[in-house]
Amino acid sequence: MEKKTQNNHEDILSLANKLRWDQGGAFHDTVIESIYAEAARIARKTVQQTGTPNAYNLDLRIDRILTSRWLGFPIMFLMLALVFWITVSGANYPSGLLAGLLIDTLHPILKNGATSIGMPWWLSGVLVDGAYLSMAWVIAVMLPPMAIFFPLFTLLEDLGYLPRVAFNMDNLFRKAGAHGKQALTMSMGFGCNAAGVIAARVIDSPRERLIAIITNNFSLCNGRWPTQILIATIFIGGAAPAYLAGVVSAGAVVGIAVLGIFLSLVVSWGLSKSVLRGEASAFSLELPPYRPPQILQTLYTSLIDRTIFVLWRAIVFALPAGIVIWLVANVRIGDLSLAEHFIHWVDPVAMFFGLNGVIFLAYIIAIPANEIVIPTVLMLTVLSTGMAGVGSGTGVMFELDSIAGTENILRSGGWTLLTGVNLMLFSLLHNPCSTTIYTIYKETNSLKWTLVSTILPIVMGLIICFFTTQLWRIVVG
Amino acid sequence: MSNQHNCENCPVHHRENLIRLGIAMDRVDYVVALAGNPNTGKSTVFNNLTGLRQHTGNWPGKTVARAEGGYSWGEKRYKVVDLPGTYSLLSTSTDEEVARDFILFGRPDVTVIVADATRLERNLNLALQILEITDRAVLCLNLMDEARRNNLEIDARNLSKELGIPVIPAAARQREGMPELIAAIEEVASGAYVCKPRRVKSQSAKLNHAISTLAGKLAADFPGLPNLNWVALRLLEGDQSIIEAVRSGDLGRLSSGVLSTSA
Repeated sequence: MEKKTQNNHEDILSLANKLRWDQGGAFHDTVIESIYAEAARIARKTVQQTGTPNAYNLDLRIDRILTSRWLGFPIMFLMLALVFWITVSGANYPSGLLAGLLIDTLHPILKNGATSIGMPWWLSGVLVDGAYLSMAWVIAVMLPPMAIFFPLFTLLEDLGYLPRVAFNMDNLFRKAGAHGKQALTMSMGFGCNAAGVIAARVIDSPRERLIAIITNNFSLCNGRWPTQILIATIFIGGAAPAYLAGVVSAGAVVGIAVLGIFLSLVVSWGLSKSVLRGEASAFSLELPPYRPPQILQTLYTSLIDRTIFVLWRAIVFALPAGIVIWLVANVRIGDLSLAEHFIHWVDPVAMFFGLNGVIFLAYIIAIPANEIVIPTVLMLTVLSTGMAGVGSGTGVMFELDSIAGTENILRSGGWTLLTGVNLMLFSLLHNPCSTTIYTIYKETNSLKWTLVSTILPIVMGLIICFFTTQLWRIVVG
Repeated sequence: MSNQHNCENCPVHHRENLIRLGIAMDRVDYVVALAGNPNTGKSTVFNNLTGLRQHTGNWPGKTVARAEGGYSWGEKRYKVVDLPGTYSLLSTSTDEEVARDFILFGRPDVTVIVADATRLERNLNLALQILEITDRAVLCLNLMDEARRNNLEIDARNLSKELGIPVIPAAARQREGMPELIAAIEEVASGAYVCKPRRVKSQSAKLNHAISTLAGKLAADFPGLPNLNWVALRLLEGDQSIIEAVRSGDLGRLSSGVLSTSA
C-alpha cells in the first residue's frame, strides 16, 4: 500500500514534468500577467480618485530632495552628524550622573562595607574593584548614549527616512557586490555593532548577510566615538594651532568614520570577489510614504528591544572581564604584576606598530566593551610607569575629569602624536567587542565566520598601523 | 439615531469583549494569519489585536521571524501569526517562502490580508495570490485615513463582492475598523460567512488544460486538498518545496488536516 502511494506520487511528478515541457517557457509570465490584469480590473472598478492626491505629491517633492543626486549624500551625512551630536552631547550629563552615583558614591560604600564585614582585601578587590566597577563603568558610559541613539534612529526609521538612505547608498553597495540594505545595517552599526549585526537579518541572501555582518565592525560604534574624540582632542587638536584645534580634531574623527565606511565597502568588495563570491541580488525597495512616527511606542520598543538587550549582554561580559583586569594588575610574579610583565614583554613588538604594550593589553582585557578601553589604558599606564598620586589604586579603572590630566598621564606613558594617530586607527580596526562577537556567533551559527569577523579587522589594523608608523618615521623622522 | 442604537447593541462595539492575551496562547480555538505587502501597517494591526508591541518598522523584511500573539473574543481564543510582508507568493525569497508555507502548511483558520488602501491595485496582486491558496480570508483595507487624505474613494462593498471575502475598511493607527475586523474574523472562522474566493483563470487554454489534468490526478491522490489548481500550477512551474511535499506525502497530511478542522 505504502509502495503504491509512493508510485502515485512519482506519477504525478512525472506528469507535471511532461506537461511542463508542453507549455513552453513563457507560461510563468502568463500566469502572473493574468493575476495583474485581474488586480487592475478590480482596482479600476472600486477605486475612484476625487480631486487631487495631496499627500502623495508632498511625499514626491520631499523625496526629490532627499534622494537627489547632489543633495542626497550631504543631507544624509548632516542627519547622521546631527544624531551623533545629540547623542554625544546629550549623553554627557546623564553619564556624569550615573558615574557619580555608581562609581564615586556607591563604589566607596561597597568598598567600606566589604572591609567592615572583614572581607579579605583580595576578595573585595576582585568583587568590588574588579567585577562591580567594570560593570558600573559599562552602565555609566554605555546606557545614556544608547538610550538616546536608538530611539533617534528608530524615529528616523518610523518617519520613513531610513529607506531613503538605503536608496541613496544602494548603488555603492551593489558595486561592492553587497546588498543595498547593508547601508541600513551599517548605519545601525554606528550606534552599536551588536545591534547592526542583528539588523542584518533584513538581508535575505545568506551570502550578502554574511558580508554585512563581517563588515559591520567598520562602523565606528558609540563605544568608540568618545575614545576617538578624546584622543583627537589631545594629540591632533593639540598639534594644530589653538584657533584651529576644534575643527582639526573634529575633522580627524570624521575622517576615521569615513575611512571606516570606505573600508567596509572595500572589504565587502573583496569578500564578494573571493570567499563569498556572487552577484549582488536585486531587490525592490519601496519608499514608503512619510508617516508621523508613533513616539511613545518607538521609545518603548527601542529601549526594550535594543538598549536593554545590548546592555544586558555587555554587563554579562563586563563582570568576568573586570575580575581579570583586577587580577592582572594585582597578581605579582617576583617584583612585578602580570600586567607589567606582559607590557614589558610586548612593548618592543607594539612599538613596531607605533602603539605600546599598555594599548595591546588594554584591548585584550577590555574586550567586553570599547567604552572601558580608555579607563583601562589610564589604569595600566599609571601602574606601569609607577606614577604616584593618580588614580584610585592598583587595578582600579578610572577616568579624569580634565583632558589635561589625561594628557599628562598619556604623555608620561610615552605617547606621541604618532601613538595618538595609531590608537585612533586601531580603535577603528580591531576585533569587535565580546558582545558583538557573541552576537555574530548567535546570528551565523558558525565558528568559522565568527573567527573571520574577529581576526580580519585586527590584521587590517596592524597592517595599517605598521605602514603608518614606518611612513611616519621616514617622513617625519 | 437608530443607527447609533444598533451600534450600542452590537457586541462588536463593546471593548470589554476583547481580551488581549499577549503571548499567553495555550488552548487556542482559531489560528489567524496576518499577511500583506510591506508598509501596510500589518504589525500595527497585529499589535492592536494582541496588545503586544511588536516593532513596526518601515522597510521590507522588518518582521524577520514570525511573530505570534493572541486575543480572546466572545468565548473563543485566537492565535495571531504576523507573517513577513511580501509583494508576492510566487518567487522565492525567504520572506515569501515563510509567508506562503505558513498559509499553505500552517493551516490558519482565517488569513487576514492587510492591504494599503492608497495602493490598492498592487496590494490586490498579493491578495489574489493568497486567495489561490486559501478559502478563508478577510481583506483589511488599511490606511483609509491616508486614502481619504489623498481624496481616494474605495467601494468596499463592491470590492468584497469581487473578491468573495469580507472587506473591512480600517485605519489601524487610529484603531478605526478594528472591532469590525475582529467580528469578520469570527464570522469567517466559525463558518458563519462562507467565502467564495475569486480564482484567477489563465488566458491560455493549453495551460488551463494542463492544470486541470494535473489537478484531477492530485484530487485522486490527495482527497480533500483545498487548493488543487494552485498546487498543480506550482508543480508545473517546478516549485521544489511543493515537489518535495508531494513526494513525501506531506501534502496528504495537509489535506486531511484541513478536513478535520473544517469538520
